[in-house]
Amino acid sequence: MNLAYRDVRHNLFRFVLTCLGLSLLMAVVLAMIGIYNGLVADALNIVKAPQADLWVVESGTQGPFAEASKIPGRTRDAVARLHGVAEAGSITYQTVEARHAGETLRLYVIGYEPGRPGGPQTIAEGRGITQTHFELVADRQTGLVVGDRIRLGRNSFAVVGLVEDTMNSGGDPAAFITLPDAQTLQSQLAPPAQRVQTARGAGLLKSADTVAAVIARLEPAADPLGVATTVRQWKHLGALTQAEQEAILIGSVVDRAKRQIGLFLGILLTVSAVVIALIIYTMTMEKLKQIATLKLIGAPDRTIVSLIVQQSLALGMVGWSFGLILILLVKDYFPRRVVLEPVNAAALGGIIIVVCIVASGLGVRAALKVDPATAIGG
Amino acid sequence: MDDARQPLIEIAGVSKHFGEGEARVDALRDIDLTVRRGEVVALLGPSGSGKTTLLNVIGCIIAPTVGRVTLDGELVYDNRALRGDLRRLRLDKIGFIFQFHNLLPFLNARDNVALVLTLAGRSSVEAQERAVELLDYLEVGHRKDAMPALLSGGEAQRVAIARALANSPRIILADEPTAALDSKRAGIVMDLLRKLAAEQDACIVAVTHDEKIYDRFDRLFHLRDGVLEDQEEEVS
Repeated sequence: MNLAYRDVRHNLFRFVLTCLGLSLLMAVVLAMIGIYNGLVADALNIVKAPQADLWVVESGTQGPFAEASKIPGRTRDAVARLHGVAEAGSITYQTVEARHAGETLRLYVIGYEPGRPGGPQTIAEGRGITQTHFELVADRQTGLVVGDRIRLGRNSFAVVGLVEDTMNSGGDPAAFITLPDAQTLQSQLAPPAQRVQTARGAGLLKSADTVAAVIARLEPAADPLGVATTVRQWKHLGALTQAEQEAILIGSVVDRAKRQIGLFLGILLTVSAVVIALIIYTMTMEKLKQIATLKLIGAPDRTIVSLIVQQSLALGMVGWSFGLILILLVKDYFPRRVVLEPVNAAALGGIIIVVCIVASGLGVRAALKVDPATAIGG
Repeated sequence: MDDARQPLIEIAGVSKHFGEGEARVDALRDIDLTVRRGEVVALLGPSGSGKTTLLNVIGCIIAPTVGRVTLDGELVYDNRALRGDLRRLRLDKIGFIFQFHNLLPFLNARDNVALVLTLAGRSSVEAQERAVELLDYLEVGHRKDAMPALLSGGEAQRVAIARALANSPRIILADEPTAALDSKRAGIVMDLLRKLAAEQDACIVAVTHDEKIYDRFDRLFHLRDGVLEDQEEEVS
């Protein structure tokens, strides 16, 4: 006879209501984990998207994602000629704001050379860029659709294709354009600033042939570290392998967000533990007379302990399940990508089990202290 | 000694005090009491006289400060030692009946009775069958699936009696068993307890203030300030 189950069934409405409250807390915890995962996944997607083996960047910098890097555009030819390099492509990154359909869009604009590494890998809808100028492939999160036109700087771009899950670590969706267009966009001044320059006799600024990085794909037999060492011998250039680039991104760019979210998670789990402990303690205090009766009729301590611990676990697990269902239902409505892996949900489940067992300690302590004599009237 | 008159409860020189120094309260003083098989006895006295403390000592709930308590031939306490497994002793030898039935509200009538048997190690099926038998015997079998909140006062008390009898205890302790019942039902319950004591070869010790049921007891023990007055009064 399972007393915990019978008691829950007897007070089902209250139990479900308590579980619902707890599930909201669990949903927030899961959302925080999902947001962190999304942050990392987005950051890594951008780095992984070009499927590069080597990143050639400005010497002394940590690459285009951690800090500004500017190298001459002709570097690509030099890198492409290196032993072991199969192909290389120049690439630029910049964040721009553009107006579309009456709203301001923040775009992470990636300039690349069509036909060379750096462009979108999989087009989800439409086609890739085929023209030299004024075509754009955007992430679906931008809200743009194939056939739309959007003004970036002084030029209007036609949306010819859509990609998915391509955004930077800040959550800005990506937009791919050709390298020349990206370089022009980087050097173009806004019309008022340009008028000032013209009035000063400076004329129109020409686009500079600089890029953020050159990415290289290596021959299967080539050693990325060996090629990187060769590149580093050029004084003005630095080189990072793909693994190093990913480590920098996780270690420096995402690190602060990771610690912040980690701290928040810790606080939430502590709050959950306190809430569960209080709920279990209150539930136990309401049952003191029944516990005294159980003791009086000869129930061993383990029967009473298991009644409390089982209810605590049931509360935690049902709250966790409801929370998981809730977050899976609403995660797509979050402004940032929420990525929940089964292992995250399972880990939280494990933590909740531990929290429930620890939290029920307060109730168990109160129950074990109950004098069976309290079942008998004074 | 005639086996039928063998004592089930023997209390010798039992005293119990709470606190020390000026705060010391002597709840029981040098109590001697013997209750034999088949006997139904009452503990009477004003509030604070020590009735419940004596019931708790007999029920293996609190240990006396000094004295010797023997239940069904088994020494529970003496002046030096306390029997280890009081819980098991309560489960095997003692049945409790409370003033307000104290049925577990989340179990139906049958499961409230079966719980005691399950705790004693009986299988679930066996416990359920015995519970139904007892409820039928106490004429409340038709309410076996009802939750305690849906039982009348008399029905709930009969289910509580069934629970107290589930393990066929030799000693039944009752705390104001009829306090929550009207006089008619109180009489029925007391007659039932007398019948059970006779049939199960058990003894019943009840704390009561209900003068209307005094005639249902074999003997009345009066307690005042922790002292057993006049030792006993035979009810004719």
